[in-house]
Amino acid sequence: MNLGTLDRRAAVATLLKDRGDLLVVTGLGSPSYDCFAAGDDPLNYYLWAAMGSACTVGFGLAMTQRERPVLVVTGDGEMLMGLGAIASIAQKRPPNLTIAVIDNGHYGETGMQLSHSGRGIELSRIAGACDFPWSGAITDMAGVEALRGRIHAKSGTAFATIKVGSDELPRALPSRDGVAIKNRFRAALGLQTI
Amino acid sequence: MLFRDGGTFRYLMASRRAIGARGSDEGEGTTRMTETEDTIRDWRHEVLPILKSFDVKHVVYVPDAGHAVAIRTAEQDNDLVTLALTTEEEGIGYLAGCWLGGERGALLMQSSGVGNCINTLALQTMTRFPLLMLVTMRGDWAEFNPWQNPMGQATEASLKLMGVRTWRADRGEDVGPLLRGAATMAFNGDEACALLLGQRLIGEKKWVK
Repeated sequence: MNLGTLDRRAAVATLLKDRGDLLVVTGLGSPSYDCFAAGDDPLNYYLWAAMGSACTVGFGLAMTQRERPVLVVTGDGEMLMGLGAIASIAQKRPPNLTIAVIDNGHYGETGMQLSHSGRGIELSRIAGACDFPWSGAITDMAGVEALRGRIHAKSGTAFATIKVGSDELPRALPSRDGVAIKNRFRAALGLQTI
Repeated sequence: MLFRDGGTFRYLMASRRAIGARGSDEGEGTTRMTETEDTIRDWRHEVLPILKSFDVKHVVYVPDAGHAVAIRTAEQDNDLVTLALTTEEEGIGYLAGCWLGGERGALLMQSSGVGNCINTLALQTMTRFPLLMLVTMRGDWAEFNPWQNPMGQATEASLKLMGVRTWRADRGEDVGPLLRGAATMAFNGDEACALLLGQRLIGEKKWVK
């Protein structure tokens, strides 16, 4: 088994603390709620579907806004649906991109079925096999703090699994208006809506 | 070999392309293909200049022989980011991210990959960002490999079901105007627009020496 004990809301709040110019993309389900619970921000881009796309959206953003740190916060199930993206990202390795998988080893939205991660597949080792400059599993808050430092250092593509508990927390729901969220994000970067 | 009786380059090419369903460049056929691509200027050479005229900065693809010229020239262009994808839906997310960050791109793929994109197209529908897709067709005309036919025949309908605007080019002279039209509507309207490049269009060049 591969299950963690960290409080996911505390871990995500730590990652997003004093966020500065950080751009955030969130995977559908609990990671979106965690980021919203830590404080809504125009530079949060919440996904509500397109499962498997959190990493690729963050990747495109990191390849475009190269001076800013970009953080993808997603779940183990969402990441599993887009595993090939790890190989695609590894071809470019934008140094400003960090992927944080909030890994509870379960599909939390659908009844807490065990995920592959919960059955022992360590996702960060896949990123390691793809030669990400940094990859690892984080099991304590000191590790989360260190990852926060790594995000802002922009010193190499990083991939972390953060081993959290599988408690069901109160939902904190961001807007489901994807157009509004997109336009708000672009406006905060000084971009036109179309 | 099955194709020997044809005794012609055109049959050889047909079999090679059918076996390498995603248009891998290898073997005897490649040398000939490359010579042809480099010496005959046709619609293949129009694609990238048109994309650049729309300020496309990111060219992302799952390769196909029909896109080979655009991919190769894009990779030689320092003003462009080119990216190979493991599967086509990665391109939708990637280009959504590029647009969030203020840059434009295009997705080059084969019709079989449209099936891979269906659920991910919701990202475009719900957030509305310009998504320009160039889709080379298989299972469409004179297809050697019948396994390509189910998705090839469902490609345009699948795109339309997910809200993608589609145009289809079967003649070389139509590619430029249709691509400019699709790009205009994608980038001026935050729409998903796909140009289908018919197998006949590709076949005309590759199979007739």
